[in-house]
Amino acid sequence: MDKYAIEGTPKTPSISFDLNGGVLEIKGRSIPENSIEFYKPLVDSLDKYSSSAKPATTVNVQLEYFNTSSSKCILDVFKKLEGIHKGGSAVTINWHYEEDDEDMLEAGEDYQAIINVPFKMVMVNE
Amino acid sequence: MVDVFDIYDKMERNNILLSFKGEITSDLLTSILQIMENKMDNMQEEPKMKKKVYNVLVECLQNLYHHLDDMADSDQGDKIRSAIFMIGKLETKYSIFTGNYILNENIKGLKTRLDEVNSLNKEELKEYYKKVLNNGEMSLKGGGGLGMIDIARKTGEKLEYNFLEIDNKVSFFTLNIKVTQQQQN
Repeated sequence: MDKYAIEGTPKTPSISFDLNGGVLEIKGRSIPENSIEFYKPLVDSLDKYSSSAKPATTVNVQLEYFNTSSSKCILDVFKKLEGIHKGGSAVTINWHYEEDDEDMLEAGEDYQAIINVPFKMVMVNE
Repeated sequence: MVDVFDIYDKMERNNILLSFKGEITSDLLTSILQIMENKMDNMQEEPKMKKKVYNVLVECLQNLYHHLDDMADSDQGDKIRSAIFMIGKLETKYSIFTGNYILNENIKGLKTRLDEVNSLNKEELKEYYKKVLNNGEMSLKGGGGLGMIDIARKTGEKLEYNFLEIDNKVSFFTLNIKVTQQQQN
C-alpha cells in the first residue's frame, strides 16, 4: 500500500496519505458521531508507515470544524506521528486555521503543548 | 385537542429558529446541521459567530445522540428514546436548549461535572481541556467528557441546567447554552 486516500463527506474529512512521499493531509470537517471507527484505518496505516518512514514526514491539517470526539482521535494520530518523529523521520505538522478562527488556532496550540513534534501554525485567508 | 397555536406562539415569543422533538438519529443531526448552516448563511451571520454556533450545536446534539444510547441500554429504553432541542436567536445572541431523560442514578455524576466546568475560568478551562484530552478515557460515546468543557470554553458562558424529577427512575435534564459575540480577551 503506497497511498491511503478517502474522500470527504459532510461529517468526515478527506484524508490523503502518500506513504512513499511521506505526506499526510487531513482536510475538511471532522464531526462524525463515531470517530474511533473513522480514524482507525489512518492510525493503522501510520503504524505500517512507522517501520519504513521517509527521512522527512509532512503533515497538513486543515480542518474547518472538528468535534470533541474527533479531538481524541486526532491526538492519537499525532501520538503516532510523535513516535515516528522519535524514530528518526523529521515530522512537521502544519496546522491550518482561517484568519478569524481563534478557536481553531487555540486547538492547534493545545496539541502543540501536548505533542513533542514541531508544529507550524499556518493562517489561511478566507 | 393539542393547542397548536399555543405551541407556535410560545416558540414565536421565544424567537425559536428551529425546534425538534423525537428520536435523535445520525441522519437527523446531519440534516439539522445543514439547515442551521443555511439559515446562518441566509441571515449573513458573521463567519466567526457562525463557526462558534455550529461547533456548539454539534457538541450539544451529539451529547443528546450519545445519551439516548445510555437510556436505550437501560430498562427504561422503550418509552423515552426521544429528546427535544430548540435553537433561538434574539438580536445577536443565540440560545440552544436541549432536554432529555436521564436515569436518576446518573444525575450526581453529571451535576458534578457541570459544576466543575462552571467553576473554572477561561485559562483553567483550557488546562482542564488539555488534561482530559490527554489523559481521559476515550469511549465510543464520544470525547469522554470533553464536550461540556469545549462548549464552556468556546462560548465563555456558564452552562445553565436543571433536573426535573419525573419518577423514582428518571428525571428530565435540560441544558441552556448561550452563544454571544465574544468579548476580546
